[in-house]
Amino acid sequence: MELEQAKELTPQTPFQEFYQSFALNKGAVIGLAVLLFFIAVGISSPFLAPYDPTQLFDGAYRLPPFFSSGGNTKFLLGTDDVGRDILSRLIHGTALSLGVGIMIVVVSLVLGTIFGLLAGYFGKSVDRTVMRFTDIVMALPSTLLAIVVAAILGPGLVNAVWAVSIVAIPNYIRLVRALVMAEKKRAYVMAAQAYGAGHIRIMVSEILPNCTAPIIVQATLGLSEGILNAAALGFLGLGAQPPTPEWGTMLADARPFLENSPWMVTFPGLCILLVVLALNLVGDGLRDALDPRLKR
Amino acid sequence: MLKAVLKKILNLIPTLLGVSLLAFLLIRLVPGDPVMLLLGERGADPQMYTEMKRNMGLDRPMYEQYFTFLGNIFQGDFGHSIVSKRAVLTEFFDRFPATLELGIMAMTFAITLGIPFGIIAAIKRNSFFDFTLMGAGLVGYSMPIFWWGLMLIIVFSVKLGWTPVSGRIDVLYEVDKVTGLLLIDSWWSEDGGFAAFKSALSHLILPALAMGTIPLAVVARMTRSSMLEVLGEDYIRTARAKGLPYARVVIVHALRNALVPIITILGLLFGSIITGAILTEMIFSWPGIGKWIVFSINARDYPVIQGGVMMIASLVILTNAIVDILYLWANPRMRH
Repeated sequence: MELEQAKELTPQTPFQEFYQSFALNKGAVIGLAVLLFFIAVGISSPFLAPYDPTQLFDGAYRLPPFFSSGGNTKFLLGTDDVGRDILSRLIHGTALSLGVGIMIVVVSLVLGTIFGLLAGYFGKSVDRTVMRFTDIVMALPSTLLAIVVAAILGPGLVNAVWAVSIVAIPNYIRLVRALVMAEKKRAYVMAAQAYGAGHIRIMVSEILPNCTAPIIVQATLGLSEGILNAAALGFLGLGAQPPTPEWGTMLADARPFLENSPWMVTFPGLCILLVVLALNLVGDGLRDALDPRLKR
Repeated sequence: MLKAVLKKILNLIPTLLGVSLLAFLLIRLVPGDPVMLLLGERGADPQMYTEMKRNMGLDRPMYEQYFTFLGNIFQGDFGHSIVSKRAVLTEFFDRFPATLELGIMAMTFAITLGIPFGIIAAIKRNSFFDFTLMGAGLVGYSMPIFWWGLMLIIVFSVKLGWTPVSGRIDVLYEVDKVTGLLLIDSWWSEDGGFAAFKSALSHLILPALAMGTIPLAVVARMTRSSMLEVLGEDYIRTARAKGLPYARVVIVHALRNALVPIITILGLLFGSIITGAILTEMIFSWPGIGKWIVFSINARDYPVIQGGVMMIASLVILTNAIVDILYLWANPRMRH
C-alpha cells in the first residue's frame, strides 16, 4: 500500500514520460514498426535477397509478379526489362535508400547545427551573415537547387547526397538558431559564464543538450525529405546511376515500360512512399511526445 | 504600415543580390571549360577558342564578369541560350504560361477540396471521417509525386483511357497564343472552339492532380488544425448560444478567423509549386519552366541555367514578399 503510493508520487523520468506519450500514438507506433521492418530488410539485404540485384536472367524479361497471370513464384515481384529480379533489387535498394537518407541527415545536421549555434550564440554580424545565406538558399525552390548542384557536381549517388544535404542545411540552421537564442538567456548559461566557461564549452555542453528534442524531430522529418529528394534526383537521372538498384533510378528505368509492365513502376515507388510515410508518422509522434507545449 | 512595407522591400535588395551572386557562381563552379564544351570535339583551333572565349566574356576577371551580368540584368538581358540562340527572358516567358496554368489548376484543386475537407474533419473531430481524411492527408503529404504521376497515367490513361498521356493539347488544334493559357485561348481557335478547350482540359487534369496532391494534403491539415483552434474560442460559443445556425457559425464566424494561417501557408506553397512543376512537367512532358530547366541542365546550356535560376528565384522571393505584406495588412498586430 505504502509502496504503491510512493510509486505514484515519484515523478516519471523524462524517458518514461516520452515513452508513454509515444506509445499512445497509434500512428507513430505503426510508423515505427514499418520503419524497423525496412531497417531489418536493409541490414540483412545480402542474405535476404533471393538473387544478386544485377544478375540477368536470360529469357525472363518483364515477367509480371507471381499473383498475376504469367508470373511465377521464382520471381515474386516479377522481373524488369533486362531480366533482373525486382524483389532482389528492391531489397538491396532498401539499404541504399536508408543509407543515403542517413548520410544526408548527418551532413546537413552537423553543418546546420554548427552554423545555427554560431548564429544564435554570437548574434550580431555573425547572425546577419548566416541568416542572409539561409535566406538566399531558401529563396530557391529546393528541388531546383538540388538538381542544379547535382548537375554541377555531376550525376552520381555521392554527389546527390551532397546536393540534397546543402538544400537541407538552412532548415537546421534556422531551428538551432531560434532554440539557442531562447536558451542563452536562461540562468544556467549565466551560471556557466560566471564560473568561467569558454564560448565553445557553453555552446556545446551547456546549450546544445537542451536543444536536442526539437533537433531530433527535425532530423526524423529531414530523413524522410532526404530520401524523397535523393529518389527524385535518381528519377531525373542525376542521382544513382543504373544498374544501381536505387528506388528512384529504378523508377526512371521502368518509365518506358509503363504501359505494358506497370509492376516495374509500382513497386519501387510504393517502397519510397511507405518509408517516407513511416518516417513522417514517427516524426509527428516524436514531436507530440517531445514538445512539452503540445503535451496534454 | 508603410514603414514596415518599405523595410520589407529594402530587405529584398541584398537577398536578390545574393541570389544573383549564387546563380553566377554556381555556373562557374562547373568542372570543365564551357568554351571547350561548346566547341565540342572539333574545337581544337586555338584562334577560334580565344575568339569564342572573348565573345563570351570569359577572358575577363571574375568580378568584372559578375558586374556585367548584373548590369545586363538591370537592362532586362538575362543572356542568350547556347542551344536556341534566343534570349533567356523570351524563352522564359514563352514557357511560363504553361507552368502558370498548371499551377493555378493544381492550387484550385488543392484549395477547393482541401478547405472543405479540413472544415468537415475539424467539425467531426475524432470521427471515422476525420481519421480517414487525416490518414489520407498524411499519405498525400508523403507522396513521391514522380511516382504518383506515373501511377495516375497507368490508371487513367493506360487502363481506363480517359485522358491523354502527355502534352498540353491535341496536335489537331492550332491555338493562337493570346494569353498563353490554353484553357482560355482554345475558345478562339478557328478549328476547335469547345473541342479544343476539351482537349486542353483533358491534358491538364492529370498533371494538375499529381501536382496538387501535396498542397491538397497541406491545406486540409492546416485548415483542420486552424479550425480546431478557432472553434474552441469564446466567441464561437457565444454565437452558438445566441442561436445562430451551426453552418453560419462555422462559415462566417470560425472560417474567417481560421483563414489567416491558411493564407500564409498558401503563400509559402508557391515555392513548392515550382518544385512540383519540375517533376510533374518531366513526367507529363508539359512544356513549362520545369522541363525547360531540366533540359537546359542536361544540355549544359549555362546561360539558361544561370538566367533561369535567377528568374525563378526572383519570382519566389517577390511572391513571398507580397504574401508577407498581405499578412501585415491582415494582421495589424504583426506590424511591429
